Amino acid sequence: MKTVKSPFKFSGGVHPDYNKELAREQPIERMPLPAELVISMSQHLGAPAKCLVKAGDFVKRGQVVGEKNGFISVCVRASASGKVKAVEKRLGPAGGKADAIILDTAAKPEGEQEPENGPILQPLDWKTASREDLLKRIEEAGICGMGGAGFPTSVKLNPPPGKRCEYLVLNGAECEPYLTADYRVMLEKAPRIRLGVEIMRKILGGPAVRIAIEANKPEAIKAMEAAFADIDGNVEIVVLPVLYPQGSEKHQIYATVGRIVPEPPALPIDVGCVVENVGTVAAIADAVELGEPLLERVTTVSGDAVATPKNILAPCGTKYSDLVAFCGGEKTPPAKVISGGTMMGFAVSTLEISTTKTTSGLLLLSPKRVTQYVSQACINCGRCVRACPMCLNAAEIAKAVESDDIKAAEDAHVMSCIECGACSFSCPAYRPITQFCRRAKNSIRARMAAEKAKAAAAAKK
Amino acid sequence: MTIAIICIASVGLVAAVVLAIADKYLSVKEDPRIGMVTAALPGANCGGCGFPGCDGYARALVAGTAPNGACAAGGEACAAAIAKILGVEATATEKRVALVKCCGTRSEAIRVGDYNGICDCNVAAATAGGDKGCTYGCLGYGACANVCPKGAISISDGLAKVDKRLCIGCGKCVTVCPKKLIELVPASATIHVLCNNPDKGPTVRKVCGVGCMGCHLCEKNSGGKEAGHFTFDGFLAKVNYANPPTDAQIVAKCPAKCMSEDPHFESGH
Amino acid sequence: MKPKETAAHYILSSSPHTHSNSSVSRIMLDVILALLPTTAVGIWFFGMAAVWTIAVCVSTCIVTEALCRLAMKRENTIGDLSAVVTGLLLALNLPAGIPLWMAVVGSVFAIGVAKQVFGGIGMNPFNPALAARAFMLISFTGPMTTWLKPICHCKCSAEAGVVDALTTATPLAAMKGMFTAEATASATPHAHKAIEQIPSLWNMLIGNMPGCIGEVSALALALGAAYLIWRKVITWHIPAAFIVTVFVYSLIAGGAPAYAQVLTGGVMIGACFMATDYVTSPITAKGKLIFGFGCGLLCMLIRQFGSYPEGCSFAILIMNAVCPLINRWTQPKPFGAK
Repeated sequence: MKTVKSPFKFSGGVHPDYNKELAREQPIERMPLPAELVISMSQHLGAPAKCLVKAGDFVKRGQVVGEKNGFISVCVRASASGKVKAVEKRLGPAGGKADAIILDTAAKPEGEQEPENGPILQPLDWKTASREDLLKRIEEAGICGMGGAGFPTSVKLNPPPGKRCEYLVLNGAECEPYLTADYRVMLEKAPRIRLGVEIMRKILGGPAVRIAIEANKPEAIKAMEAAFADIDGNVEIVVLPVLYPQGSEKHQIYATVGRIVPEPPALPIDVGCVVENVGTVAAIADAVELGEPLLERVTTVSGDAVATPKNILAPCGTKYSDLVAFCGGEKTPPAKVISGGTMMGFAVSTLEISTTKTTSGLLLLSPKRVTQYVSQACINCGRCVRACPMCLNAAEIAKAVESDDIKAAEDAHVMSCIECGACSFSCPAYRPITQFCRRAKNSIRARMAAEKAKAAAAAKK
Repeated sequence: MTIAIICIASVGLVAAVVLAIADKYLSVKEDPRIGMVTAALPGANCGGCGFPGCDGYARALVAGTAPNGACAAGGEACAAAIAKILGVEATATEKRVALVKCCGTRSEAIRVGDYNGICDCNVAAATAGGDKGCTYGCLGYGACANVCPKGAISISDGLAKVDKRLCIGCGKCVTVCPKKLIELVPASATIHVLCNNPDKGPTVRKVCGVGCMGCHLCEKNSGGKEAGHFTFDGFLAKVNYANPPTDAQIVAKCPAKCMSEDPHFESGH
Repeated sequence: MKPKETAAHYILSSSPHTHSNSSVSRIMLDVILALLPTTAVGIWFFGMAAVWTIAVCVSTCIVTEALCRLAMKRENTIGDLSAVVTGLLLALNLPAGIPLWMAVVGSVFAIGVAKQVFGGIGMNPFNPALAARAFMLISFTGPMTTWLKPICHCKCSAEAGVVDALTTATPLAAMKGMFTAEATASATPHAHKAIEQIPSLWNMLIGNMPGCIGEVSALALALGAAYLIWRKVITWHIPAAFIVTVFVYSLIAGGAPAYAQVLTGGVMIGACFMATDYVTSPITAKGKLIFGFGCGLLCMLIRQFGSYPEGCSFAILIMNAVCPLINRWTQPKPFGAK
């Protein structure tokens, strides 16, 4: 095992103010169980889980309350014991509504008190368990990518026939400003990450392992070096330069391994790589060794409008208002509340939204930390083109979408856009370029869906 | 001088011969009916029929691959003229106009955030679900107004309104609305329910002062369930335009004040 | 009755939620700062005439932009300082002694016709200052080709302190003659006379020679360009391609010494400040190199074969017209594209 500097540097990228010092020294703190949890059926990428309980039911911690609904889907388990008050549609952080279980955690069923200790799933010995058993365990535990996208992990670790995983890349970059959850996980749970890596290596058939960490986290690098010191096989810690968006899957693969993932619909597995967030890896270790499904995660609550920024270990379904209360409440009334980081996070309208398996951060920003984007004329300075990590002509795409020419935007490869926000960040005319790209992508996706539906209807005839 | 006249005349003669030959052997054969049908169509090129412009629809009609009554802008007169040219039966169509089924202006419906971004409803709806308290309601950023080929839609106080006099029923606004709250209704219908929120009454009241509460009074006052003038989607009343109500009194009796008699003129509601 | 709004009203916007704090006015301010050395040198050598020309151009540009935006019923954009930059650049491209009313006409053309008519900042196809200069050259050829002799500040010679001494001969006129073989081949009296008219290297660097207000001092312009590259306002591609092309061309073509072709006339100010205008130059690095090369080539071709001794303005204007095509040819290759 050795530590190396990243051999490749992708073109583009920006340097936002990171502001990580607000929360980086705060150790992971478990918050007391909130009185009410709102557990969404859609905490992952893909089809929402099918709700199995109804109002009035009592559920136990770890019980499956939403079953996997399709191939690209993940099951949902109750993050705490309690009584289901209602099952209704609730607003999620991205603005969509999904079915959610409103759980009263204080309520207990009448009769005998069942002891709540003991593992929820049967602990497995990864050394003797088969690959299929390990994958099944990951699926049962409801694990999805915890970095933000939420792709079902059991699907990712099971490449289709004909595709082999040559490199397992651990994403410890955490390039988003303010967020320090992954940093603390690496610092405090490095042995769990190591166990997770051993398990994943077995599932994937022994690929080389590259652990990607940005250079601004030296203590995390040391902790991971210590945990991985005596691991066998081709394992390297790759120190990445501090550059946003270093944590982007495609750019991480390029920076560590030098392979370029082709444009969509190609995926990392097409170049023999699987990228997984360090939090997900630790969750895999817990699911296999301890029989503990994914029920809680570390969320960084930060920003200059919150009294005490913290890295909170909270059950999935905790309301944002409870998180903020645990941090001492609001120091000043925030002008903006963001679920995620400042570059790719979602602005939300209320603190009544609850955490999911992918909520890495909650930011409360005061007015002076908020920028208003107004669409002024493009002065062709080219900063966005230089900043784009996907090497797109962002200025041309923005101008095309502004004049409703979605076809020109598609020709300029807007579907390759990863919506990282580097373009808007660097634009001196404060143009909302990322929003223009999103508009083009949504329009193109809608058109492709309509065409697909039309073709399916025609084929049926 | 004479030489000049002879030269020019012979050039003219040669050109005439060439053109005559070209007209006979190089001409593109086109069915003359295409030109006649195109002339009969309104010429708005709005695409409401689903074909690329009036010329595209004319070609499809002559080729027999298009239904007769697809031109909403031309209406009955146009369909009849086309039928006459093609020598087929005219399919009757009634003029339809667009109706924005929401009356929640900024003065009546709450907003839950300050939207900062591109002035477009689809983009605004994708940002935290929109800044309106009612997630089914009109956001008022003008996606429908921008796409209307006749400029029939205007935005006032955060709400879109269609002017029936200008609307040709092409349906572009229906497709572009992210909340799917614009509907093409018969132009002759006068009573409408201007709401799109199927939630329970108290839930609606929390976000809008003029939202439909599902009290069923409109149904009761127009002859009850048997009369069939209204259907209900959850707690949202919907006018049955195949069998519309005719008594204007039910508009005044609606407690939520979300019904309107012919709201397509600016003075409506 | 409208229900009560929630107490907290957050700003809802699409990501990103932060910004680099760059702005158009900050960029324009950097350009103005970069032009200060050459402005100062111009005033030093050409006196009050230069001061008046600069003042009139800048103020007319600002007023024209404000009035145009008012007439177009659009928001006022003089706050982004681009009109100030256009006025300053136009003034620096004019002879110091130009009648002020001509400077006013040129400024109105620069902003009113070459910029606002197209929709304002970001929409103009041609560099407004250069378009105005070309317009003035064609409309007022005499005054535009009559330059002041630089004021001699040393107290030694007879010309010390004399201002407003008119002259039409610039080094470029002499250098044009030097392209013909007989002038350079041998040490004929004609050749000597031509070479004498070329200032010394020192004078070219500090600006002690006749010419437009801002184009004389190569050193001051280089200083400004270095500042802009350091501040990341411009990149090195266009100035380097332009200057290297001019240098190599004049090495091959002969005539005046290559360094003289670079340091006299409008090449320095053109390469560093006029050709690098964002709106009218290509957006990718490759495009910028092609653009700079084209400007340099055309400039030298006009200098050698055209009727004018100076080809810089027209070269850049022609390349401005070709810029959309260059952009189309030099699209960046997306990451992962075949």
